[in-house]
Amino acid sequence: MNFLAKVLTIVWKDVLAELRTREMFSSMFVFSLLLIVIFNFSFELRVDNMAKVAPGVLWVTFAFASTLELNRSLSLEMENDCLEGLFLAPMDRSVIYFGKMLGNLIFISIIEALMLPIFSVLFELNLIQPSLLLTIFLGTAGIAAVGTLLSAIAVNTRAREVMLPVLLFPIILPVVISAVRVTGGILDGLPLADLAHWLRFLIAFDIIFLVVSYMTFDYVV
Amino acid sequence: MSRRFRLHDFVNWLSGLAMIGALYLVFLYAPTEATMGNVQRIFYFHVSSAWVGFFAFFVTLVAGIAYLRAGKRHWDIVALSSVEIGMTFTAMAVITGSIWAKSTWNAWWPWQQEPRLIMVTILLLLYLAYLMLRAFLEEEERKARLAAVYGIVAFASVPFTFMSIRWWQRLHPVVFEREGIHLAPAMLVTFLFCLATFTIFYFTLLLHRTRLGTLADEAEGLKQKLRSQEGG
Amino acid sequence: MIQIQGLAKSFGHTFALQGVDLEVAQGEFLTIVGPNGAGKTTLLRILATLLRPTRGLVHIDGLDLASRSSEIRRRIGFVSHQSLVYANLTAEENLRFYGRIYDVPVLEERVGMLLNLVGLEGRRHDRARTLSRGMQQRLSIARALIHQPSVMLLDEPYTGLDQQATEMLRQLLQSIITESRTVLMTTHNLERALELCDRLAILAKGRIVYETQKSSLTLADLQQAYRRHVENRLTRAEGQA
Repeated sequence: MNFLAKVLTIVWKDVLAELRTREMFSSMFVFSLLLIVIFNFSFELRVDNMAKVAPGVLWVTFAFASTLELNRSLSLEMENDCLEGLFLAPMDRSVIYFGKMLGNLIFISIIEALMLPIFSVLFELNLIQPSLLLTIFLGTAGIAAVGTLLSAIAVNTRAREVMLPVLLFPIILPVVISAVRVTGGILDGLPLADLAHWLRFLIAFDIIFLVVSYMTFDYVV
Repeated sequence: MSRRFRLHDFVNWLSGLAMIGALYLVFLYAPTEATMGNVQRIFYFHVSSAWVGFFAFFVTLVAGIAYLRAGKRHWDIVALSSVEIGMTFTAMAVITGSIWAKSTWNAWWPWQQEPRLIMVTILLLLYLAYLMLRAFLEEEERKARLAAVYGIVAFASVPFTFMSIRWWQRLHPVVFEREGIHLAPAMLVTFLFCLATFTIFYFTLLLHRTRLGTLADEAEGLKQKLRSQEGG
Repeated sequence: MIQIQGLAKSFGHTFALQGVDLEVAQGEFLTIVGPNGAGKTTLLRILATLLRPTRGLVHIDGLDLASRSSEIRRRIGFVSHQSLVYANLTAEENLRFYGRIYDVPVLEERVGMLLNLVGLEGRRHDRARTLSRGMQQRLSIARALIHQPSVMLLDEPYTGLDQQATEMLRQLLQSIITESRTVLMTTHNLERALELCDRLAILAKGRIVYETQKSSLTLADLQQAYRRHVENRLTRAEGQA
């Protein structure tokens, strides 16, 4: 069985496990909803124009939901030491990295897809535009790429729930800044050409950190 | 033993003399700046501290890579030492930067006008994350390995963070541009001398701290040996 | 077949293994006994390619561990304290997953056959989380056997099992012994140690201190040897300190 097939086997395994319990989805969904509600009340008191706050609220929610998912995803592997089961298999360690990364990307994207209609209603904005969806995808890919590696690091520590955000957030700041800028620009009706340099930046970030994470993953596990 | 002792002596003296020279240049030699007055002198220390902060991070990166490839404990000690020293200088850079910002823009933290201040603070956060990671790990080998990987990822993020903050700032037009490297010759000399002094000082501290770490490691090894002998 | 020469492993300043020389012939069942902290788990984990040795040479089926670890992984089945099965997947799904990443051909048949072998046919659609410890252990063995390994490594497999489960495990292990399969098992229970093995060794403080054929060895003999090589050593040293 080739590389890709094994990667997909791992992804399918994660999907199957999640379908069984729906633990991750329910906790991420509820958490994201709570965040939106809190933000709604926190900012509404000061800001008239919802569109100004929306990009920030969107990406803060996505960032926190992502840490939930990343932690959870690797915690599943720690139960019964299943991660060792993967190491015992006659395959490159990078299969594990790509398998988990793809799984993370899919799960986070699904939650984002569920959140967007809710955001749209609450902020009275149309968030379901192709350019916006592309931006969200690129941003999420960056978070998943480096987040998978960092969650593998954090899971070794005594305080893994706290450790992952501490490690992750400074590193994904460029993603958040770019994504918020582009999201704001799209909502303001700017042409995509004006925002192209941010999108190129995101793509560069995604590629570089995919490579760095994939190359260093071996040393983490 | 005596040869190593001479190297330490040499860098100690060099640092000390350079520092005295730097202080002289900064406070007595360099001319007073036209608009801001004497407060501007903090600029020399601020930039030099920030420079050491970034350079130390680079050294951590190199030491981390060396550790992953060779597995020699020594590299991990160098990496940790560099982080401790770098973090101190970065903290100094943040404080002096804030004072500088207050005197230039009349605000302790002008988000829009000083992207570099934000960048230096993020560097400080990266350092803190590195130390926190080490603090929460137990086994020595794992601590060194994971910290090395984080050092690589963290360093890789620095150019991206810097660029994104820069671009983010540009959308908010600044009232007037700061001078940049348009310094009077005397100021330039002072500036470069300070950079050199702080760099020498960094290496001096690195040498001492690394030696301290190596000795502590040896002591731990001897303790373990004694323990296992007593245990039978 | 396993060949170990001068194997040493250190964690920082502590030496878990201090020079182990051992050979296990093909088809042989070797049990290693020893107290906690002797290095049994470390030894097995090195053989399973999960840890890298500090010094020494290891060959499994003639392949060098340091350079051919990927090929070696195809030939080893490892059973540890942890079951290595996914709690939320069913017994069947677990085996299917491992079968896929081990490139096992004719997977469905093999999964069915193994579930039968370990006596979990009736629980194949139950989530692993709902299985008892004994059943999870048997599922773990099925997992380790999915790719028909020529070497089985079992790290204290009887831990946490009750009387009935222990007996079932013993019977299962008996059934997986074949002429071509090499088995290396560790345990600190001397009775269990004697049941199935061809040869027996005692590991203490990172070294093999005693080796013998099982053929005429009684439990009393073993207990005496254990006391002599392990416990007396400890008390002697304590007397000196």
